[in-house]
Amino acid sequence: MTTAVARATATHARPVGRGAIVLAGAGTLLVLAILGSLAIGPVVISPADVLRILVDGAAGARPTTGTAMRDAIVVLDIRLPRTVLAVLVGSTLAVAGAILQGVFRNPLADPGIVGVSTGAAFAAVCWIVFGYAAAAHLPTFVAAAGLPLSAFLGSLVTIVMLYRLATREGKTPVAMLLFAGIALGALAAAGTGLVIFVASDQQLREFMFWTLGSVGGANWTKVALVLPFVLILLAGSVSLRRGLDALALGEAEAFHIGFDVQWLKRVAIVLVAAGVGAAVAVAGVVGFVGLVVPHLLRLSAGPMHGRLMIGCALLGGALMTASDIFARTIASPAELPIGVVTAIIGAPYFLFLIHRNRAALGG
Amino acid sequence: MYQAKSVQVTVRGKAILADVDLRLALGRVVAVVGANGAGKSTLLKVMAGERKPTGGEILLDERPLPSWPVAALARRRAVLPQLVEIVFPFLAAEVVSLSLPPHVDRKSGEALVRRALAAVEMEDFADRIYGTLSGGEKQRVQLARVLAQAWTGEDTYLLLDEPTASLDLAHQLLILRLARTHAESGGGVMLVLHDLNLASMVADEILALKNGSRIAAGPPSAIITNDLIAALYGVRGEVRGVPDGPFILPQTVRMPADGGVWTT
Repeated sequence: MTTAVARATATHARPVGRGAIVLAGAGTLLVLAILGSLAIGPVVISPADVLRILVDGAAGARPTTGTAMRDAIVVLDIRLPRTVLAVLVGSTLAVAGAILQGVFRNPLADPGIVGVSTGAAFAAVCWIVFGYAAAAHLPTFVAAAGLPLSAFLGSLVTIVMLYRLATREGKTPVAMLLFAGIALGALAAAGTGLVIFVASDQQLREFMFWTLGSVGGANWTKVALVLPFVLILLAGSVSLRRGLDALALGEAEAFHIGFDVQWLKRVAIVLVAAGVGAAVAVAGVVGFVGLVVPHLLRLSAGPMHGRLMIGCALLGGALMTASDIFARTIASPAELPIGVVTAIIGAPYFLFLIHRNRAALGG
Repeated sequence: MYQAKSVQVTVRGKAILADVDLRLALGRVVAVVGANGAGKSTLLKVMAGERKPTGGEILLDERPLPSWPVAALARRRAVLPQLVEIVFPFLAAEVVSLSLPPHVDRKSGEALVRRALAAVEMEDFADRIYGTLSGGEKQRVQLARVLAQAWTGEDTYLLLDEPTASLDLAHQLLILRLARTHAESGGGVMLVLHDLNLASMVADEILALKNGSRIAAGPPSAIITNDLIAALYGVRGEVRGVPDGPFILPQTVRMPADGGVWTT
């Protein structure tokens, strides 16, 4: 059964040394996406001007007159926070997806598809509606970081439930994972809808944000809010790489090699929850980034997690930023939810993966 | 010394292993034989520390297994499971490298991986995707991984669960030779085997299990008898001698007319 998965998702060999080329390519795409995101919009600014504005801005020098001033405001104050947020969210979702897939030993475990992001969104909406009232009685740090913290708890609870429901003796059948994830996701989405419907809270963003995502409301406060969670995830993912490699063999085998499997899984799950929670808190539910990016990288650069994590951070950021450029320009001045764009790319890819894995799914 | 002391495993009132003792010394090969469901693999899992016994204990150098840190234990024993499937597209060489401890630098790691793959005659498959290999090829890659782990440890014990399953005759013999080599270079080997002939070729000692209990233990020439074969498998075969030890030919067994035991 699992052989069919491996056979279907792989060619028969991979040339040595391709990993470095793929990583360099992913890095280049990220740089291009960032430049594009800063240059493209209602006001088009040439990449050379963008670079000059960035360099000057970093030195603290800002033009005070004419179009130069306007361009500096557009790049530094409007597009830069949005771009940084898109990169952070994309990197986070891709790395979290790769870790989740490593823990479940299953390439279809995307935080969006298996309900983890939806669980985070439900908790975030609950915090916005009920938590602000309680914030006055909470320590300052908890009150300030309440939104990402509750989203973190929401995704943590969802992953733990998913694990309990879908995993037996260290093995997670693909179908069980997807069915349990769909059910948990549906439940959380229903909860989100209910809370939003009942609430008449002015601060509550519309349902679309929590179901299809956006980095439209980006500012430096939001960046500062998610940054600690993202850094924890990225640093943690590097320290987990050997353990996740070993886990690919199976839980018993990882133990034979010398890894404390229970500890490894717990740390991995907490990291995924922290990353997904933070991403959802600032950008809503954006699906498929955590599915497409790790999968493409495993095929091209290989599944060793050291390389995979770096690749996911680069390519995830690039994909999210490129999707955002598309989302805000295609129907300008209106904005498409970014989740629509990632779904247009990701859902067919998901179908393609399901088709190739049909033996494992009993189809 | 790697030892099982009156090990019991009971699942829902049913004894999978009852009071089994096993002593595995460095320099020795011990084969565990028995019919399907006799508890051979369970004994190996208990020895590996992967499964907790419901009674008795496992000692490695007189020290109970649970008191060994997981990483320290990995430097003393390596385990070959029955079948390992990997969903992600790891290359054969990458699979072997997963067992290397973190202190091994990249260059000597690569050399170890090459040597381990060569030992199981899989060096030409190093950059093939593991999932696309045949069952026997996967088995040999896993054995290479186990060897690489053992070579980076000290005084290591190999625990091999049916290492010859799904292999052709030449490779079965290759595996047995590797097991002997490991013992002769100072390690210990425990193997679970189905084939009594292979067991008597490779082992210094054989432990025969039936329904979770030990029914015989000792050197092959002393314990492999017509009666043992009948007791283990319900088959009446005739043991003959070859220069290296006892030998049975299953092909000489005849089907019973009355539903009783098979006879030669």
